[in-house]
Amino acid sequence: MIKALETLGATVLESLEMIGRTFNLLLVTVWEMLQPPYRFYPIVRQMYFIGARSISLIVISGVTIGMVLGLQFYYILERFGSTDLLGSGVALGVIRELGPVMTALMVVGRAGSAITAELGIMRTTNQIDALECMAISPDKFLVGPKVIAGILSVPLLTHIFDFVALFGGYFVGVVMFSVPEGSYMNGMVDAVQWVDVRLGLVKSLIFGLLVTLICAAQGYYMHLTKAGSQGAEGVSFVTTNAVVLSSISVLFADFLIGALLQ
Amino acid sequence: MSKFNIQLVTGIFVALGIAAFTYAAVNIGGVSFREQPSYTLKARFTSISGLRTGAVVEAAGVRIGTVSNIEFDPETYEAVVSLRINQNVPVQEDAIAAIRTQGIIGEKYVKLTPGGFDELLEDGDEILETESAVSLEELVSKYIFGGGSSSQ
Repeated sequence: MIKALETLGATVLESLEMIGRTFNLLLVTVWEMLQPPYRFYPIVRQMYFIGARSISLIVISGVTIGMVLGLQFYYILERFGSTDLLGSGVALGVIRELGPVMTALMVVGRAGSAITAELGIMRTTNQIDALECMAISPDKFLVGPKVIAGILSVPLLTHIFDFVALFGGYFVGVVMFSVPEGSYMNGMVDAVQWVDVRLGLVKSLIFGLLVTLICAAQGYYMHLTKAGSQGAEGVSFVTTNAVVLSSISVLFADFLIGALLQ
Repeated sequence: MSKFNIQLVTGIFVALGIAAFTYAAVNIGGVSFREQPSYTLKARFTSISGLRTGAVVEAAGVRIGTVSNIEFDPETYEAVVSLRINQNVPVQEDAIAAIRTQGIIGEKYVKLTPGGFDELLEDGDEILETESAVSLEELVSKYIFGGGSSSQ
């Protein structure tokens, strides 16, 4: 009994420490990034890795999601004889919800895990300590460019996702089921307002920060957790952890932003 | 991969992303960077149930403006609706503003019916002839319970 309570307490304390460390990392990184010298090339490199290399994945998943949405909405709307609303349904669903969330989850899987593994290995092999010995701030040198690249890349990827998903929905609706093109396009334009586009933009900005920050913190502070002494096994443990944590926080933040902003 | 290529690919990525965002905002979201010249008219309704800011103002079925503001007048217990009408659409003094519904359960919009007077309304003027929203529930209840005592 006491043992179980002890385990519970330890788990809660550990997760609170992790949250605190993550926020600490954010504040330190923002502070360090504000100090000169400003270097842009590392950010470009990270944007290449997080953003540009993800385009193919985003395009494929976007088209698929758009087609699935178009198909399901078509079957539902057909029962009520209102397939004219197909464009509105697909566009609202993609721009408000699925675009930001799916993109963020894809970025977690593709880039987030890589960030954690990279920083985790640097930590276990003492490379981060070596940077500190050379008076190079690891926050500025390693974490900062990744977080900034994440905040910039995820919204861009989200809108590429939105665009191709709308195209996928258009393909299923207009080409396959011959919903009138005019009603599809006009339904889309009528239903989506600037507030919907803005909601998607705000969501994707926050997701970009959340994903990169959580993944970076998991790898960066690996030595402070019990995985820190386990070497390669510890890296795999924190990488799994980072993917799970950032996916959950993306989904939870999605609900929170949706509830607060509407 | 060389430095040049990374920058080029990243540049293409950023350009694509911005283009997609602009498409979403301008073509689908309906954001216009040049505000269309317009003027504002006011109209009082006893009930606007369900009309929201941003709703469409139509004349002959064509969109000629939007509802820019809805206020409640505590003295007369009426709703004061501000309509932003495109500059090139003249509205006569005796024009009628009516709140209608698209379909049976569709969105509420404001329908403008032109009048016959020569005098045109200007910015800030009030449309005097108005028809309030027709509530389907009220109509149904009138039909069911209307003249209740006489039918018993």
